[in-house]
Amino acid sequence: MIELDCRRLLCPMPVIKVQDKVNELSQGQELLAVCTDPGVQNDIPAWCRINGHQVLSIENDEDEYRVLIKVGQND
Amino acid sequence: MNNLAQRKAVALISGGLDSLLAVKLVQEQGIYVEGINFYTGFCVEGHTHAIRKKDQSKPKRNNALWSAEQLGIKLHIIDIIEEYKDIVFNPKYGYGANLNPCLDCKVFMVKKAREWMEENGFDFIITGEVVGQRPKSQRKETMPIIQKDSGIDDRLLRPLCAKNLPETMPEREGWVDREKLMGFSGRNRKPQIALAKQFGFEDFAQPAGGCCFLTDENYSVKLSDLWKSRGEKTYELDDIMLLKVGRHIRPENNYKVIIAREEGETKYLQGYKKQYDSLRMTSHTGPMALLDGTPDDAQVNLAAAIVARYSKGRDEPVVTLVYQKKTGEQQELTVKPASPEHVLPEWML
Ligand code: SF4
Repeated sequence: MIELDCRRLLCPMPVIKVQDKVNELSQGQELLAVCTDPGVQNDIPAWCRINGHQVLSIENDEDEYRVLIKVGQND
Repeated sequence: MNNLAQRKAVALISGGLDSLLAVKLVQEQGIYVEGINFYTGFCVEGHTHAIRKKDQSKPKRNNALWSAEQLGIKLHIIDIIEEYKDIVFNPKYGYGANLNPCLDCKVFMVKKAREWMEENGFDFIITGEVVGQRPKSQRKETMPIIQKDSGIDDRLLRPLCAKNLPETMPEREGWVDREKLMGFSGRNRKPQIALAKQFGFEDFAQPAGGCCFLTDENYSVKLSDLWKSRGEKTYELDDIMLLKVGRHIRPENNYKVIIAREEGETKYLQGYKKQYDSLRMTSHTGPMALLDGTPDDAQVNLAAAIVARYSKGRDEPVVTLVYQKKTGEQQELTVKPASPEHVLPEWML
């Protein structure tokens, strides 16, 4: 699993980082985005739904949101 | 039209109602659409919700993503923060009422979208522009400037006002039927609202003014102040993000104090403690503050007194604060809170 540090970034920057990383990965790979902006709880899942990827879990501990994504089909 | 010949359009998605409708109109004609959304750093989107606590009762959502989901299209969000600086510093066509370089901005975005379109094998571009809707960038005379300067020419379709404009390539080639496009103009929003209703869109975003903070007078004042204090037009992402947050007070040209207005902002400013020197009340409840610039000791004390003025200890003879350098080094300060007449109105940005 690949970890992506999106701490302190405000939306949509975490989404952009996730997007650019996901575009480098292949189907089935997992990506963990570690974020601090609570907005990612909505924005990353929305981005994944639109682009055909899957959010496996969102964990919130202290001030961090850990969003686990499974890459779907990339064009 | 058969599927093999299905034409592809890339739409500029701002998150507002107009781009939502523009895409829908074209989708209805069998065109395949994907969206593109540019992030300049000045966008109103999302982060104000993340920062300000009072907004947190509203659902947090990114309107561009929301629009794309409503439309069932893919959305590509593109970071143009660095390249965009030149547009803000040197707009060929000048600024609007505030520091908004709308016409240059439009040209730039259409140009970037054209490059994307060519790289990805798409056929044309759609925008939600409406003739006469905004003072400068959407006048009938400026529409051709956007087409020419961006290099897109007649491969740019504006479905909401197409009937008021010359025929474009997608219409001429028969990819879209001009008769099914709209002829909206001016600032009246009723036709858009009616069309939204017809398509069954609810809960859409209707940004007042513009899509970014550069149209905001207060924000523009703070940005001009930043340039003036630095002696040149320059900014980093942190600078322009911080202009959206807190009270900005500049007692002298070499430094300013950024004071949180409520808990959400305090929390947000805390994230910058390694980039900026900061002040935090210890004797009383009070806001968090950052120091931007190079204040000397006397200036740090004045800043502390100003911060104390916004704390619960404002009427006490003395209060204490912690002054923390960005290196982590800490120092306790004891100051007399500034009285209102000591904080000059011209310091307030
Ligand atoms: S309001 Fe801002 S984002 Fe919108 S066109 Fe003007 S400068 Fe560009």
